[in-house]
Amino acid sequence: MQAETAGARQSSTPAGILEMRGIRKEFDGRVVLDDVDLDLAAGEKLALIGPSGSGKTTVLRMAIGLTKPDAGLIRIEDKYLWHEQRDGRLVPAGEKHARVARRPVGMVFQQFNLFPHFTALENVREPMVQVLRLSRDEAGSRAMELLRKVGLSEHCHKRPGQLSGGQQQRVAIARSLGLEPKIMLFDEVTSALDPELVGEVLRVLRDLAHATDMAMLLVTHEMNFAADIADRVLMFDAGKIVESGPPSQVLVTPRMPRTRQFLRAVNDR
Amino acid sequence: MGAVAPYVPFLLGGVQVTLQITFAAIALAVPVAFILAFARMSPFRAMRWAGGFVIETFRGSSAVVQLFWAFYVLPLFGINLSPVAAGILVLGLNEGSYFSEVVRASLRSISAGQREATVALHLPRFFAFRSVILPQALPVMIPPFGNALVLMLKFSALVSLVTIQDLSFRAGLIATSLGTSGTVYGLVLCIYFALALMLAGAVMVLERRVNRWAGRDDTARSGFFTRRQSSVPPWAFGR
Repeated sequence: MQAETAGARQSSTPAGILEMRGIRKEFDGRVVLDDVDLDLAAGEKLALIGPSGSGKTTVLRMAIGLTKPDAGLIRIEDKYLWHEQRDGRLVPAGEKHARVARRPVGMVFQQFNLFPHFTALENVREPMVQVLRLSRDEAGSRAMELLRKVGLSEHCHKRPGQLSGGQQQRVAIARSLGLEPKIMLFDEVTSALDPELVGEVLRVLRDLAHATDMAMLLVTHEMNFAADIADRVLMFDAGKIVESGPPSQVLVTPRMPRTRQFLRAVNDR
Repeated sequence: MGAVAPYVPFLLGGVQVTLQITFAAIALAVPVAFILAFARMSPFRAMRWAGGFVIETFRGSSAVVQLFWAFYVLPLFGINLSPVAAGILVLGLNEGSYFSEVVRASLRSISAGQREATVALHLPRFFAFRSVILPQALPVMIPPFGNALVLMLKFSALVSLVTIQDLSFRAGLIATSLGTSGTVYGLVLCIYFALALMLAGAVMVLERRVNRWAGRDDTARSGFFTRRQSSVPPWAFGR
């Protein structure tokens, strides 16, 4: 395990599963991301921390094509998200190309975004039928297995409205896992939960992080959780990455005053 | 009242014509509304512009004049429509233009999060629309659809102006031949009212059914008497 993570930290090699170069994004004239580079190695768990509005969530949304950068390159495995290779040169490509390129990526949202008219089982099963082209029986049994893993098999016929926030978020995690992503994005997945429900979701994520070789990109305000599961932590501020390193360094002995100030504010909560 | 009694079967024949026109026109209006709404939400500017042009043309000009155009002017260009076809066409396009804004607003009312989830799950776009967005938007459309249907019923009286023998047209004939209009128009008013009530009732039934389809009905949600296996209509899951 130790050797693996050490290897994973050399993430700027071309073998990285996700690469972002020179990413820039403005919303209404406000710079949200300013020339950001980011590398994620296969299997690496990367935590993004920083104050709200610093651009962490935008990075996640860009990694799955929900937001398009104004400038810069995004590569997922061997495909560029918004560009394609033609005659050895990179040329801009459209939505259709992006749909294929982003396929290895999955995302879990802060607000769960379960389909309210589907049962828990249907929420997990239907994307598998539609995307993996599995039979409904096959998808159904895989979906049940996933729901069992997140501890919800007895709730499989309930709709999201009948489940607690923590249960809904666990269904949403199972739903994303069903598509067998190579990169998982978690966008503040516990921020919309009642404090007492945070633990059950973090437990599922922790088990997942330790058991899987999926790469993970997590935006989180749970510093202990980040310290536990992340191989590397990126500190964002004002659209830039201000500090990067293993959690033992960034979260315990940060070099940058901005990181120190942020961590102090979080710990004083 | 007694003087009108012999004409009642004749009036009821008019009820049939009125209902036929109403249903045919609404059957045209609904697909028109969806098409115009899609055009207005299209990523292509030309489509948005074309949709907006059609909507504003039909909303922004007199339906009576449109009807006269369809019936009296189009033949000059070699397009001959029967009175019924002209009536259905004009009513359907008019109501379709109005209703397209309801369709658009209902589709928009589904949260961005739902749409983003369909993207993040790589769902095919058609499935995302038919199985995720539409079942949530449809229940929102039904009450305004009831409005549209009742309006269409009343609106349909316009076709009497192009010689269609609907309820209003026949009322006019009877009033002329009897020389008094009070009783017959009173009666016709009541008939329209009764028809409108029936349509409103039918829409309430439709609303319940659509809500059940879309997994919204409350008995199922409570899980008190029923334990539903699925909340979604079978058609939503087809490939």
